Amino acid sequence: MGLAKRIIPCLDVDNGRVVKGVQFVDIRDAGDPVEVARRYDREGADEITFLDITATSDNRDTIVHVVEEVASEVFIPLTVGGGIRELEDIRCMLNAGADKVGINSAAVFRPEFVREAAEKFGSQCIVVAIDAKKVSTENESERWEIFTHGGRKPTGIDAVEWAVKMVGFGAGEILLTSMDRDGTREGFDLALTRSISEAVSVPVIASGGVGNLDHLADGVIEGKADAVLAASIFHFAEYSIEQAKQHMQDRGIEVRL
Amino acid sequence: MSSVAVIDYGMGNLHSIEKALQHASPHVDVQIVSDAADILLADRIVFPGVGAIRDCMQALDNSGLSSVIKDVAKTKPFLGICLGMQALLTDSEENNNTVCLDVFKGHVKHFSLDLTDDEGNRLKIPHMGWNKVTYKNHPLWQDIPQNSRFYFVHSYYIKPDNEIDSIASTDYPRPFTSALAKDNIFAVQFHPEKSQSAGLQLLKNFLSWDGKD
Repeated sequence: MGLAKRIIPCLDVDNGRVVKGVQFVDIRDAGDPVEVARRYDREGADEITFLDITATSDNRDTIVHVVEEVASEVFIPLTVGGGIRELEDIRCMLNAGADKVGINSAAVFRPEFVREAAEKFGSQCIVVAIDAKKVSTENESERWEIFTHGGRKPTGIDAVEWAVKMVGFGAGEILLTSMDRDGTREGFDLALTRSISEAVSVPVIASGGVGNLDHLADGVIEGKADAVLAASIFHFAEYSIEQAKQHMQDRGIEVRL
Repeated sequence: MSSVAVIDYGMGNLHSIEKALQHASPHVDVQIVSDAADILLADRIVFPGVGAIRDCMQALDNSGLSSVIKDVAKTKPFLGICLGMQALLTDSEENNNTVCLDVFKGHVKHFSLDLTDDEGNRLKIPHMGWNKVTYKNHPLWQDIPQNSRFYFVHSYYIKPDNEIDSIASTDYPRPFTSALAKDNIFAVQFHPEKSQSAGLQLLKNFLSWDGKD
């Protein structure tokens, strides 16, 4: 077998700056997104994901300029998520140089949007982002639901069933975030990751909770993820992408070094 | 200044390939073109493509570009990428058998859905990510180490009738043809424009290639 498991650094971009996850009280500035993307590319990132967390629509053009600039000098796949609600948003990001877009709450509000997007632009560029939270109690078998609004609003939709449905609608990849773990640095929700990865035919990216390099390897080995995404451990040069890959390789995982 | 035409027939985003070609060789004039006359004027041709093969063939037929593409595929250095490679075969299983350009004899087939790796884990379709490319000698591999990784994203793979047309192979989990070459044509299943240094080197080699193997 030769296909490498992917490491994907994620840049949360707010008003044109990389910030640490929103769940942190002290949002630390982690720099200029173009600079940060360049560094990740040099360190061997397999892809880069930009998550636009800009609250106001006035500043939405900022992310487009970031993507344009990065795409003209970084030649690895780029994904943009956050605020993708219409086909026009997708076209705009692809024209700016993104290769894939992440669709999150717009899919929950109107699942047909995913089908239309996949038909229009091809499944290969449609990533459905799923924010899931555990809803089962300790004595029950584990169950997760989809939450919107940054993990505050339950939808009553079962996460595994939702992932299968989204693939049926044309999602080419699933970006799965555990809202219980996001920002905790305690590691991925491995049971959630594995349940979804084994239920769908397309690649699954594990996200939410990475605090050290073992967490990344666990996501692949125990969570059966095809790719692992992390933000804060890379931003402040705590670990380089290269170190992360070396560590995964030491744990027996095939990576691109 | 030599020129390269990237054929625009309405299938997908050409921004990446344009930028990558410019980056690979700043002294080449990169043009995104959609009409026959411009294609015929260029020194080299890039034939990209993403999406479904039926849409691709329909777009080629509607734009009237099929015959021009077949013409320049006989004469100019020509690089097919991803769906632009698959379209060069005889036909594809995708969309209930789609007739393609028949520049190379052979077929495009779907990966079987029950593939597993050595440990019994199901292999995901599409085949997405960085995989190794094992090649046979050709000028376009110059300065690219054997077994370099390139970025793939596809659910169908090609099976050329003539083994001699296959210039590289990749395992998922069984070997499939990941690059084709014949005379002035070179075609790849992966995306050189998204494959970092190895991909840029391949584009650079293409931009100085005289079309001979």
